[in-house]
Amino acid sequence: MGRSKAELKGGAVTAKGLLERESSLGILLMLPGALLLMVFMAYPFFLGIWLSLTDSGIGRPGQYIGLRNFTDLLDDSIFLQTTRNTFIYALVTVPFKAALGLGLALVLNNRMRFSNPVRAAVMMPWIVPTALSTLGWFMIFDPVFSPLSWLLKHFGLIRQNINFLGDPTLAIVSVMIANIWRGTPFFGVIILAGLQAVPGELLEAAAIDGAGMWKRFLHVTVPHVKGVVLIAGLLSIIWTFADFQLIYVLTKGGPANQTHIFGTYAYQIGLAATEIGMGAAIALYMFPILSVFAFLLLVYLRREE
Amino acid sequence: MVGSERLSNRLLNIYLPLVFYMVFLLFPFYWMTIVSFKPTNDLFEMEYNPFWIQRFTLENYLYLFQHTAFPEWVKNTLIVSVVSTALSLGCSIFAGYALARLRFPGSNFLGIGIFLAYLVPPTLLFLPLAQVIARLGLYNTYWALILTYPTQLIPFASWLLMGYFRTIPKEIEESAMADGCSRMAILVRIVLPLSVPGLLSAGIFCFTLSWNEFLYALIFMSSGPMKTIPVGVVSDMIKADTLFWGSLMASAVLGSVPIAFLYSFFVKHYVSGLTAGAVKG
Repeated sequence: MGRSKAELKGGAVTAKGLLERESSLGILLMLPGALLLMVFMAYPFFLGIWLSLTDSGIGRPGQYIGLRNFTDLLDDSIFLQTTRNTFIYALVTVPFKAALGLGLALVLNNRMRFSNPVRAAVMMPWIVPTALSTLGWFMIFDPVFSPLSWLLKHFGLIRQNINFLGDPTLAIVSVMIANIWRGTPFFGVIILAGLQAVPGELLEAAAIDGAGMWKRFLHVTVPHVKGVVLIAGLLSIIWTFADFQLIYVLTKGGPANQTHIFGTYAYQIGLAATEIGMGAAIALYMFPILSVFAFLLLVYLRREE
Repeated sequence: MVGSERLSNRLLNIYLPLVFYMVFLLFPFYWMTIVSFKPTNDLFEMEYNPFWIQRFTLENYLYLFQHTAFPEWVKNTLIVSVVSTALSLGCSIFAGYALARLRFPGSNFLGIGIFLAYLVPPTLLFLPLAQVIARLGLYNTYWALILTYPTQLIPFASWLLMGYFRTIPKEIEESAMADGCSRMAILVRIVLPLSVPGLLSAGIFCFTLSWNEFLYALIFMSSGPMKTIPVGVVSDMIKADTLFWGSLMASAVLGSVPIAFLYSFFVKHYVSGLTAGAVKG
């Protein structure tokens, strides 16, 4: 973080106008990005707070109504279901993603043939457009054309096709499977980077001392990757909590509004039902929860530094 | 015997789990691809094994180009992705360099602000942002996406480039400065050429995210021929009848292939960018 004296002196010696003085050049260079972030991120954020306190609709300026949107939502059974869904969706999928990602990383960390193409291939769920790959899952979960139903029927385990997305509980499980599928490679690749930073000598020394595979994993590998798993986990919770497209493509929140999460319900109320004020309030309910995870992440990263 | 024991161990510990992962992670792509090459009627033939192609056809792909706005969507996605990537990269080079090398009032605060911006999800902002876009008259124009995507891209890209710029030895810049080079000249002539891998990582990250973005494109580009690929495919290719699967899967495959290609060419850069971002914040 500290800058050398020579650099500071260099800045002072060549100080000629705005572009040469460090302080003004720094601000000037930050300006384009900061401007975009102010207009299209910070301003909408505060506008959203204002909207959530009004009864605005699309093309209809609203009246200030205080916290009514927020309190009304607490009496809305769909919103309560949405809240439950969001927590389940985020808090159940992330441990699965982390565990499967750890397994994937441990497998990929072995020397093997074709390791580069294999690594590239397993990253695909994370890389390609989620809305498009989710269409693959949309067909896998289709009541008529599902290959899963076909397989189960073929082996005589079921008689009727399963309507994966037609039943609320089954639909949430299906959506979570697709989410775990998409997020596993992210954990895999990040943990793999952590594994590759584990010094080989340390593992060898532990082996010479008689530590078995499991002990070596627990006492040498785990402490080395703990940090990256935690960071990836917090990022993943934030992203999953605020997800939209997976649910939008697979269920649109249905059947009977039972599979909404905050993002899709805010869309449904704010745009489809044109109650922008109420929609903004739904989205803002995410804010305190996201802040907690963002705060934890910030604290952890600062401590690491 | 030792050799065969090791082989069976490797089989159990490496190849068996690897097969599980490959099947789990790649099956949806396999399925999408084979369905896209099947004639629609074959989907209904219950005695056919659905996991294989009995009769190969390109009709689903031809349909996309003859009867849908898919070519338009490709053009829109390409324009939006290229321009918003260029814009974000420009802003991020400046911001990353300022944060890495310059001492100026508020730099710490701005550094944290940019990190927090990385954590702000689009679902939190899209409703008020839709009003901003409407008021600026940008609905159904490329600018709606070109100007809003950078808010998702600049935070990560600046962070990544800041980390990269810091690894360049200061002495190089100092000696150039002693020779009378200006800061901007140093950035352009010395720092950027030394940062090509970092710029590639950031650029690929921005391009991929722009190509894949869904929520903003869904809301700001609602008119048919202005849609991007993910939105066009999801909202216009799913029809009320059951005859759409082949062309739907064909459009999903075609929309994914460019990103898959780009990624496989630059996999090293992508992964190093991703992990640098996660490890450093």
